Amino acid sequence: MRKYIYMDNAATTKVRKEVLDEMLPYFSDNYGNPSSIYELGSTSRVAVEKAREQVAKVLNAEKNEIFFTAGGSESDNWAIKGVALRNKEKGNHIITSKIEHHAVLHTCQYLEKHGFEVTYLDVDEYGLIDLEELKAAITDNTILITIMYANNEIGTIQPIEEIGKIAKENNIIFHTDAVQAIGSIKIDVKAMNIDLLSLSAHKIYGPKGVGALYIKKGLRLDNLIEGGAQERNRRAGTENVQGIVGLGKAIELAYENLDEKNEKIIYLRDRLMNKIEENLDYIRLNGHRTKRLPGNVNYSFEFIEGESILLSLDMEGIAASSGSACTSGSLDPSHVLLAIGLPHGIAHGSLRLSLGIYNTEEEVDYVVGKLVEIVDRLRNMSPLFNERKTGVK
Amino acid sequence: MMYSEKVMEHFKNPRNVGELEDASGVGQVGNAKCGDIMKMFLKIEDGIIEDVKFQTFGCGSAIASSSIATELIKGKTVDEAMSLTNRAVVEALDGLPPVKVHCSVLAEQAIKAALLDYSKKSGIKIEGLDDFDFEEDDHHGELENY
Repeated sequence: MRKYIYMDNAATTKVRKEVLDEMLPYFSDNYGNPSSIYELGSTSRVAVEKAREQVAKVLNAEKNEIFFTAGGSESDNWAIKGVALRNKEKGNHIITSKIEHHAVLHTCQYLEKHGFEVTYLDVDEYGLIDLEELKAAITDNTILITIMYANNEIGTIQPIEEIGKIAKENNIIFHTDAVQAIGSIKIDVKAMNIDLLSLSAHKIYGPKGVGALYIKKGLRLDNLIEGGAQERNRRAGTENVQGIVGLGKAIELAYENLDEKNEKIIYLRDRLMNKIEENLDYIRLNGHRTKRLPGNVNYSFEFIEGESILLSLDMEGIAASSGSACTSGSLDPSHVLLAIGLPHGIAHGSLRLSLGIYNTEEEVDYVVGKLVEIVDRLRNMSPLFNERKTGVK
Repeated sequence: MMYSEKVMEHFKNPRNVGELEDASGVGQVGNAKCGDIMKMFLKIEDGIIEDVKFQTFGCGSAIASSSIATELIKGKTVDEAMSLTNRAVVEALDGLPPVKVHCSVLAEQAIKAALLDYSKKSGIKIEGLDDFDFEEDDHHGELENY
């Protein structure tokens, strides 16, 4: 079989064998509905509650503060719409950032159409928000601060603890989309004053279509999904038992030997970054050099366009991703790259390589070798590079 | 894969990449903001496109569109090159995804821009160029001054 190198772990991950093994019985033998009172039902219920405990444990949360959802997007929607609707008598102002995931941004835009006001905080060239700007944005009407833990495209990690402190001092609810941070960063919702936290299973070697929302005890928010009495009347729908079991196992494994695992991934990341920087000119690292997710590498390569880099990598059996417009079908490149100040032309030439637990040093070296060839080839085809080279416009 | 085999083949092995030192006409369309720039170099003798080269900044379909466009006009007359449409480029590529059709428009326009340059430099009038609107593809077809 042809060599296949997967370096798009920020997009999704492979389900781990150990996770799949835990899930399998709940597709067939243990198919009971957790709401049923007979034995088959209670087997499922026990499994769901075990997973709830597994998720709570890694967040330093209580078991009854964890609510299962259909994934990160639902968790974000629930947290933001739920808080907004519940608190609309108190205020109508929400603070977020310009580099949030679309699950947050589009939800905020939806609320704007329904009378809410949203402040989208700028970020600096590394993708960090300014805490003073956050403080200055707070008004008597502010009911929610929602800032992502770590960015999916450029890997920048926000000062979550400080944001939590500011939110608490001002008595404002704080939600964080931690979909990318989960499994890579130790999170303590209590110490960090996090009121709501979104997470997803498929980024941490679990199944797609399942996630959770942490809701701090006592915090009230409107329901997003109405129906049956599941999840203590707060999230209706028969539980995705096998998915929830997978999430529980995946999150437990993600936090086993976390330091050791991160050490290995950071070593690979730094090797990848160093080699790219040693071998290629006219490049720009996107994101922060140290306040960065262990597996995230994101560069812009001047004079060339991201989709053609991706296609070329794909022909070599390498899976990666880009913030170029051409990969999304829209005319504008990634909102994150524009927010950190990249001109359109440079943003079109971005490439994200995201590393995971299955990547190896050999793969990193292979990818750099191919990438250098590809960038050279595309640059030699580019009128922009040729103008730059000759100085003739 | 969203692209036809033909597109991938031209992306992988683009024909006529480069520049012509002694070009009779050079045309560049598109801009970096949109993510595509195409530059065409034509060597024209006795009304025949003797040689053609291109340089492209852009996605896979932009590179494939320029490549196949050069093949379609090489050895042809100026009039034949003038009559190359973006539709012909799309057909020659066995289709392009709808969001990528503008790449074929750019290829057509890059050739016309090069022919216009040739016409200006040589003083040879080319039928149909006077009223050619390089901005018909509002966002993507901007003619840049060369």
